[in-house]
Amino acid sequence: MRKPFILRLLSSLDSKQWLALGVFLALALVAVPVLHLAVPEESAFHVSTYAITLVGKIMCYALVAVAMDLIWGYGGILSLGHGLFFALGGYAFGMYLMRQIGRDGSYQSDLPDFMVFLDWKELPWFWLGSDHIGWMGFLVLAVPAAVAFVFGYFAFRSRIKGVYFSIITQALTYAAMLLFFRNETGFGGNNGFTDFKRILGYGITTSEMRLVLFGLTALALAATLVFAAWLVKSKFGRVLTAIRDAESRVMFIGYNPLWYKLTIWVISAVLCGIAGALYVPQVGIINPSEMSPGNSIEIAIWVAVGGRGTLIGPVIGAFVVNLAKSWFTVSFPEYWLFFLGLLFIVVTLMLPQGLVGLWKKVMEKKGAVA
Amino acid sequence: MIGKTLLVLLCAVAFQAHAALDPAQVRRLAADDSTEKVAAIRQIAQTADPDAARLLTAMGDGNLYLANDKALIIDGDKAVDAATGAAVKMPAEPESVTVNNRIRGELANALAALKLFDADPAIRLASAQKLQSNVNADMAPLLAKALEKESDTRIAALLTTAHAQANLGNADPAARLAAVQALAEANSPSIKAMLQPLTDKAGEPEDKVRYAAIETVKAIERRLAMGETLGSMFSGISLGSILLLAALGLAITYGVMGVINMAHGELLMVGAYSAYGMQSLFRAYFPDAIDWYLPAAIPVAFFAAALIGVVMERTVIRWLYGRTLETLLATWGISLVLIQGARVLFGAQNVEVSNPSWMSGGIALMPNLMLPWNRIIIIGFALFVLFLVWLLMNKTRLGMFVRAVTQNRPMASCVGVHTARIDTLAFALGAGIAGLGGVALSQISNVGPDMGQGYIVDSFMVVVVGGVGQLAGAVWAALGLGIFSKLLEGWAGAVIAKIVILVAIIVFIQKRPQGIFALKGRFVE
Amino acid sequence: MISYLNPAPDDRPEGSDGIDQMGHFVTGELDLSHGVALYLEDITVSFDGFKALNNLNLAIDAGELRCIIGPNGAGKTTMMDVITGKTRPDSGKAFFGQTIDLTRLTEPEIAHVGIGRKFQKPTIFEQHTVFENLELAMKTDKRVWKSLMAWLAGDERDKIAETLRLIRLDKEADRQAGLLSHGQKQWLEIGMLLMQEPKLLLLDEPVAGMTDDETMRTAELFVSLAGKHSLVVVEHDMAFVEKLGGKVTVLHEGSVLAEGDLATVQNDQRVIEVYLGR
Repeated sequence: MRKPFILRLLSSLDSKQWLALGVFLALALVAVPVLHLAVPEESAFHVSTYAITLVGKIMCYALVAVAMDLIWGYGGILSLGHGLFFALGGYAFGMYLMRQIGRDGSYQSDLPDFMVFLDWKELPWFWLGSDHIGWMGFLVLAVPAAVAFVFGYFAFRSRIKGVYFSIITQALTYAAMLLFFRNETGFGGNNGFTDFKRILGYGITTSEMRLVLFGLTALALAATLVFAAWLVKSKFGRVLTAIRDAESRVMFIGYNPLWYKLTIWVISAVLCGIAGALYVPQVGIINPSEMSPGNSIEIAIWVAVGGRGTLIGPVIGAFVVNLAKSWFTVSFPEYWLFFLGLLFIVVTLMLPQGLVGLWKKVMEKKGAVA
Repeated sequence: MIGKTLLVLLCAVAFQAHAALDPAQVRRLAADDSTEKVAAIRQIAQTADPDAARLLTAMGDGNLYLANDKALIIDGDKAVDAATGAAVKMPAEPESVTVNNRIRGELANALAALKLFDADPAIRLASAQKLQSNVNADMAPLLAKALEKESDTRIAALLTTAHAQANLGNADPAARLAAVQALAEANSPSIKAMLQPLTDKAGEPEDKVRYAAIETVKAIERRLAMGETLGSMFSGISLGSILLLAALGLAITYGVMGVINMAHGELLMVGAYSAYGMQSLFRAYFPDAIDWYLPAAIPVAFFAAALIGVVMERTVIRWLYGRTLETLLATWGISLVLIQGARVLFGAQNVEVSNPSWMSGGIALMPNLMLPWNRIIIIGFALFVLFLVWLLMNKTRLGMFVRAVTQNRPMASCVGVHTARIDTLAFALGAGIAGLGGVALSQISNVGPDMGQGYIVDSFMVVVVGGVGQLAGAVWAALGLGIFSKLLEGWAGAVIAKIVILVAIIVFIQKRPQGIFALKGRFVE
Repeated sequence: MISYLNPAPDDRPEGSDGIDQMGHFVTGELDLSHGVALYLEDITVSFDGFKALNNLNLAIDAGELRCIIGPNGAGKTTMMDVITGKTRPDSGKAFFGQTIDLTRLTEPEIAHVGIGRKFQKPTIFEQHTVFENLELAMKTDKRVWKSLMAWLAGDERDKIAETLRLIRLDKEADRQAGLLSHGQKQWLEIGMLLMQEPKLLLLDEPVAGMTDDETMRTAELFVSLAGKHSLVVVEHDMAFVEKLGGKVTVLHEGSVLAEGDLATVQNDQRVIEVYLGR
């Protein structure tokens, strides 16, 4: 008497949650395009290009935050290197975008500009096939997965955990950043990739393309949430939280934590890679600073602000922190780091369960009064 | 031709005490062609006459003029004959002699050569040192003459090599051979470069000379290689001492107390800015004692960083004991606040902190091996701080209490140790040591708001590799990482070296998760 | 003696981890044909020069209920660590049945071949419900893919319900395990152990913190388990040990000091010295 997989997937969310997801998708796929294209710019209801780019970018961040929450909130493993997987996905898709520039670059060469600048005569071997969107789409998933698998296998096998693991992931992304800063590595050095022109031949800056990318990001975020909900509700998810709470007990009842940790670690990395690939065409640039340790640790604060161990928390956190960031950097650029720093301190000291935890507490109090 | 002229000139020196310079030569100084001017300068320098120095200085200053086909020195409203020094009437339209860069360089060389005849040995020494790297074949007779007169052995030794270098281009094979042999003991890269052309057939037709040159070059190369190896060992030890200073504080806060402090690098920055602050203070109020700003900065940096440590511990870290991942995030937040604070207070740009005069310069062990004083002093300082920490942790009550609290908090509390106060003091101590590290860093690297960020990964690596709770481990790990990365840098470049080290550490942790000095036992987990 | 300890070559696990590339366990089947469930020979474990176990020899028969007693630091917990793969012995042999070399297996593999362990301090999954705790412990394929696709079948639910009744937590099934009383947590951990259906149960102070009534019921449960399972019980409570009845082994300074039924051991002069002469 086994339930079909699709039914199980459907039952991972309750009806209210499905409704919320439906409303979100309707907004992203119908309302936003209509308000952007059909409503005149003077109207108060017009959705500007700036807003679409900003929200699209933050949805990518939210996806990363959900991925981070799977490994940290549910697995108890704090990664300070998730920016690496995000950047790897971004670079993989960025390579395709660089090839799509064709001969429209400053040097009118078949090679990307930075290679001409380095006086390279042909594409390095790892750029092979970079003009095929299918192959690069595969690499968006495969490269973060492979890096995560190799690193995770050795780290988890040696039972590196806690702060040790966090520090080593930080070193990993730091080393990768240094590597990508080198011109000889073949990814554009510290300028990275930029000046993209088109995807599949369509202009990348057109409204239609922006809306397509925006819609794809929304779909990816929604799909990730459903998938993650199913994952954490499965027995796998229960074993994972059991590992988080009492790893030795899990081992003594016969589960090998290595493979459980590795599975969630690789899934998390792949999700980051997808987010990176969606991010690059919307923002129009990818460079090694995406791998800086500071960026990765910021992901943790999105999750912490929203509330880890819940799936909606990371999404809320990513939106709250990043909206605050874009407001601060325009209005009070000097105070942004103060705000971010204090956010780290206040959330860890006073809001261990994040905004979702706060909301639950407030509702409980209300319930108790009523 | 040169020999003949020289003979004439020598005669001139011998018989004419005054007005020693040949007017024809002096006239050539004002020639249109630069090559001719150069030849004239060289020949005038050969006279070793005091007047020559005066004349060439005047030319360098742009005071040499040509009027009525005669070279004149015009200074203000006075004009003298360049050759004789006799006062002449101010000409109507004197034509200035052009001095371009080539001529200027030639003049500087000639003047240096002339100083070889100065009465003051110090000036002669400086001149001989300067000539080590700029000799041309024309100077050989002059150097021979200076060598003959020289009584100071040190100057004489320098002149010997300079003379030999000058003679390498001599037309006489015997003179060249003698020159090559005289350079056999040399060990500078520039001499090696000079000998290089003599090692192949095109540069040196005479077999005997060529073989001697090949031998000499090989000998110099051997000595240079040793200097290079020693040099990278030294910079490795120096880097190790810096890593040690950066990591020692961490060895206490993380290694002993188990508090993960991501703001550790920013405490280094606080120490470095303390040095900057003291430098500004001394510049403003005690400019005479400016060299003393650095010793004065040491206690200031210690207490400034320790104070911040106390505040951090009391307000944040205290509430997060046992929750390491939360501590990590909160202290990262603190580091952001400190960085931005430094930007607001001191500006986003790097500030300039200069070495006190007693720290500049260094010991030249070999021509290609210079041990700078600031590095040597920092190594000594690191050892001193290490000794202090060891003393504090092992020989004082505070150290005993810290160890007691970290081993068994409830029991320590039961026997009357104020665990809360010990936590604060220990954390302040770790922070203060980071401040001391910052003072050292200010002497060798840029001081800016972001400077701490670069050290956090490195310092954690030192503590992790060394083994948690181990001061000795931290020392070996810092030295090992320092030397290893400098040797790697030698053949792979800085970035690759850094990546290799990080990867090596990740692999190392696989094999020995507890670090070099592993703690074993049932309490490990 | 030695010959039957050597496992058949075919049953040796592949590679030192005993796990092949895909993470499948490749351990041998348990062979109890000679009547010995657990065999420890000359086991030595030292931590920084301190010998926690010193040439320890111990044999547990299939279906036996054995009590281990001994003063603090005698090496009881270290012995359990060695059996369950948490600590590797410096020297000596540890075999489960005829063929399974415990010193070459990891903790999950040892659990998989049929050794269950209850810790001194009850360790359960406090964030999960009582039901989920038992579900996770249940004997089944515990590889990742199976866990992803797992769906409780009716007979599995029945088995959990049965165990819940046995450990008297059927009313608490949906409660968070962290909210149980200390005694209930002990019972839950025993229940988890039973869900694993192990051949050998290692129980480290199972009745600490239980009421007298609970203690007696635990003793009854253990006695009923003996025969089908082998049990090794570490305990300080002499009344409990007496109630269990089986053979008693006294550990002292990492080796066996005395062995026999409780009365013999209690009258042993050396045992009296160790317990009273300190």
